[in-house]
Amino acid sequence: MSIPQNTREDFREILRLVRPGARVLDIGCGEGELLDLLVREKGVDGRGLEISEAGVSACLARGLAVVQGDADRDLADYPTRAFDYALLSQTLQAVREPRHVLEELLRIAERAVVSFPNFGHWRVRWDLLRKGRMPVTRTLPTPWWETSNIHLCTLADFTDLCASLGVRVDACAAFGGGKPARGIEPTRPIENWRSEHALFLLSRPDTAPVAKAQAVDSDRLL
Amino acid sequence: MGAKAVKSESGGDGTVIRFGADKPLRLDSGAILPDLEIAYQTYGTLNAAKTNAILIPHALTLDQYVASTHPLTGKPGWWVQVVGPGKLIDTDKYYVICSNVVGGCMGSTGPSSTNPSTGKPYGLAFPVITIGDMVRAQAMLIEALGIETLFAVVGGSMGGMQVLQWAVDYPEKLFSAICIASTARHSAQNIAFHEVGRQAVMADPDWRGGDYAAAGVRPDKGLAVARMAAHITYLSEQALQRKFGRELQRDGLSWGFDADFQVESYLRHQGVTFVDRFDANAYLYITRAMDYFDLPASYGGLLAEAFRKARNVRFCVLSFTSDWLYPTAESRIIVRALNAAGCRASFLEIKSDKGHDAFLLDEPQMHAAMNGFLTATATERGLT
Repeated sequence: MSIPQNTREDFREILRLVRPGARVLDIGCGEGELLDLLVREKGVDGRGLEISEAGVSACLARGLAVVQGDADRDLADYPTRAFDYALLSQTLQAVREPRHVLEELLRIAERAVVSFPNFGHWRVRWDLLRKGRMPVTRTLPTPWWETSNIHLCTLADFTDLCASLGVRVDACAAFGGGKPARGIEPTRPIENWRSEHALFLLSRPDTAPVAKAQAVDSDRLL
Repeated sequence: MGAKAVKSESGGDGTVIRFGADKPLRLDSGAILPDLEIAYQTYGTLNAAKTNAILIPHALTLDQYVASTHPLTGKPGWWVQVVGPGKLIDTDKYYVICSNVVGGCMGSTGPSSTNPSTGKPYGLAFPVITIGDMVRAQAMLIEALGIETLFAVVGGSMGGMQVLQWAVDYPEKLFSAICIASTARHSAQNIAFHEVGRQAVMADPDWRGGDYAAAGVRPDKGLAVARMAAHITYLSEQALQRKFGRELQRDGLSWGFDADFQVESYLRHQGVTFVDRFDANAYLYITRAMDYFDLPASYGGLLAEAFRKARNVRFCVLSFTSDWLYPTAESRIIVRALNAAGCRASFLEIKSDKGHDAFLLDEPQMHAAMNGFLTATATERGLT
């Protein structure tokens, strides 16, 4: 594989997790960087959903099949189990109904890959404790009144939601600050302190467990 | 089958191809058209591998003169913004074919053609045609041109309906499809507006039950009214308001029924000029074909089933925010079905306040999207 040097850490992790040749739906695919990588490097059959006109236009020019729409409204248009993977990168916190979207991901696809900024990270907690104000960090750079992140959560909140929905966590990685992603046990309180971003591979319990071929390192298996 | 070639002044090659009784056109109604003529224009050169052909089906009142001067009006082709040397649909790179639909009035067999069994114009004896019939005739033309697979079928409005019909009926002959401002079935509102137009034509005493040609008259008044009503549906309220507002033609009101307002004068002009280039019966037949258009109907009402065999076709569906004739919701129905069928579909709603007609106008975002899609698809097809 020839993954460019400057590839985002979460993209690298997703590239590692996704099975070659799989059917992939990237929700909120932006200008299609990740989808393009997946098509070229993993030979996936890729589709995208993107809200912005500029994003869709850029995807078209890349030869990607991308539909304009948003995660809150348009996931219902996809048939059940049409994909092997549904990707939702850094978008869950911006949707109106994260719980519903999460359920939709695992209806449409056998597995979901979800990443989000961890509101339990020490820098966020410190900001709130010290200043008594909504944190503005490198991960959450916009002030509260203009942020699109309306449903921020912590690692603990998210694992609770997964448990309540009966969703199985197949793998979890933390990343941030340009450092390589590291496999974590998301329910450990220390990870909720030190993980800046989290990326989950999720499935329904009736799905076959993740195969070794899916390149989850042994130390990352839960 | 015979063809007479006519080189048009504007660069396109104009030809009429004739299919004899050995190759009749079987219509959806069950009727058969012997002696089928299809008038078409081509632009560019078919490559040796015959992989660079793009078919552009036209909309209701348009014709084969997509990129060449119209012989009756002298106006430039209806899509010169998009089709031509170095343009988005680059005729230096692609071989572009545009044919007049069967039922039309610009050289293809239609209600004004001579009925072989009477020696007179068909009039209402012409069988009712469908979008499927138009596409079947195009497929005969494409085959006669020696083309097995079209690189793309590109069309807006009724052209978009033909694009979808191509994907459903001939998916194996299609590499990609661009469907703009269109629908998979005519809505009640669409049918209603068409019925107003048809009634206007038929209410004109000069229509003569469709036999106006024999009487040497034309139902110009009725056809003009039909055009005026239809033209309103092609524009958005905003576009009309911006263009005309309540502006008057002259100072003050006439206190009568002259065209006081500029918008009235504009519509009258649209009506009057339309009758110079269009046949009233053709208008009845083509609007009927659009009203009968219901792609999911033959597939148990499931549009996704219709697209099931088109999984290898690359689709690009485009709509406009201010198009209330074929609104974005209709395009979304198409896209949802394509997704459900597992087709490779892209969709973009373009912001424009120009209404349905936007697809014929200078819309940079539409052009950018089409260009991106076509260029990437051409690379996949090995066209450079």
